[in-house]
Amino acid sequence: MDAVADALLDPWRTGIGLRALAEVALVGALGGALGFWVLRYRLVYGAESLAHGLLPGLVLAAVTGLPLVAGAALGIVVAAVLLALAAGEERTGPDTATAIVVTGLIGAGGLLAFARAVPARLGDLLFGDPLAVGASELAATAAVVLAAVAALVILDRPLTAVAFDPVGAPALGVRPAAVRLALLVLLAATVAVGARGLGNLLVLAALVAPAVAVERHARTPATAMAAGALVAVAAGVAGLYASYHAEIAAGGAVALALCAAAAIGRLTPRRAPAR
Amino acid sequence: MSGTARTPEGAAGRAPVEARGLTVGYGGRAVLEDVTFAAGPAETVAILGPNGGGKTTLLRALLGELVPLAGSVHLARPVACVAQSDRTRLDFPVSALDVALMGALARGRWWRRPGRSDREAARAALERVGLGAEADARFGALSGGQRRRVLLARALVQDAQVLLLDEPFAGVDQASAQRIVALFAELRAEGRTLLVTTHDIEGARAFDRVLCLNRRQVCFGPPGECLGRAALEATYGSEIVVLEDEGGPTRAITVQHHDR
Repeated sequence: MDAVADALLDPWRTGIGLRALAEVALVGALGGALGFWVLRYRLVYGAESLAHGLLPGLVLAAVTGLPLVAGAALGIVVAAVLLALAAGEERTGPDTATAIVVTGLIGAGGLLAFARAVPARLGDLLFGDPLAVGASELAATAAVVLAAVAALVILDRPLTAVAFDPVGAPALGVRPAAVRLALLVLLAATVAVGARGLGNLLVLAALVAPAVAVERHARTPATAMAAGALVAVAAGVAGLYASYHAEIAAGGAVALALCAAAAIGRLTPRRAPAR
Repeated sequence: MSGTARTPEGAAGRAPVEARGLTVGYGGRAVLEDVTFAAGPAETVAILGPNGGGKTTLLRALLGELVPLAGSVHLARPVACVAQSDRTRLDFPVSALDVALMGALARGRWWRRPGRSDREAARAALERVGLGAEADARFGALSGGQRRRVLLARALVQDAQVLLLDEPFAGVDQASAQRIVALFAELRAEGRTLLVTTHDIEGARAFDRVLCLNRRQVCFGPPGECLGRAALEATYGSEIVVLEDEGGPTRAITVQHHDR
């Protein structure tokens, strides 16, 4: 019995473990809830592009000693501007232009990382390390998550109206472009704070996988968001346990647990359809 | 629904819906040219035309989604828009009541949860379209006709002066079609203006006015004027089949070409 209790409690007996738990739970709760809208507004490719494109910001922060969250925020602003330009590139095609911008940004990030002595290893920036999250970074994550969750609650009705009927929404007094912009800002904020713990390559898992896990089973947007958040937190905790006991990388373990949750959710039979 | 067409001028001196010399299109290329018409209070207008003729484009221009390349439009607010229901997301997890409740967004205060009065208005609207018992049913699980009626219930909750309806009879069962026609008559009697795009030429005879479009305005006027053979052939070309009687065209049907 004691062995079981130790196995369950040992990962959280240190400040490092507790902060990792809080970071993964916070990012998971926001990503799991926001992911419902990311899927519904078909923003997965955009989210992936933003997340991957912020690498130079992360590396610059690591080089200059700035907080990585600040670097991620800077990187995401630069990436967002370049991606917006790529989206309007009709001669090349938006998808092709986006791919070029993203690979260019990753290349620039790699160049910076290898050109200078970067305190944080490039691997940590790419794949994240929740065990390295400091108290101030955790506080920043908590503040962003609280603000973003409040925004999701406030924006619930416009988000629903536009996602359900983008053609009819303007006549309801809802501006689809403004709603999409608000969603993109929330997405950017989530990626910026999530990249610290999960890395810019794996943060997408927190945004997409929980929503995929629950989307066939939820009856309302609110239940989809709540269930997505719960799944994300549970998968995050499972990933940290796996990381601790199997002595594997925490970021990768959390991302794999999230993807496993997505697979389980997709394979679980749907309840009898509602009338 | 048919009856004496009122003057298109509203009480304030301007018709609730008006287009003057309207030319509109996409990417600077005109797809609908030179449209001039007006619809007054308590007036119903059927908008006819082939696929690609500009019916939906006209509604989008009226709503302000498309900026006119030439001419002007005026649309009195509040306005309700019932888009073709196949443009809504059928897999979106909302109930019929949730959809009707979206109409309350038009009253502003989008950041607040719907209140009791909003819920009562939504339930009353669903009752009015004959779907009170389906309030908790998932929208995507309803039939095409029921979905159309739920979207009409959303428009009722909006309490709009003008209703724009894009092909409300397409793919609709007979019971739903009858219910929708009866509702149109009620809304007209309440003084509301209805613009309805449709492929149902015979059904258009019940409207106060008919607007025929084929990338330009072919005809605008009473059904007797715009549903004659010449106007219909100019509107539909080879898509029209006119079944003639001795007294002239009595019935006309459109032949849909889905490759357009």
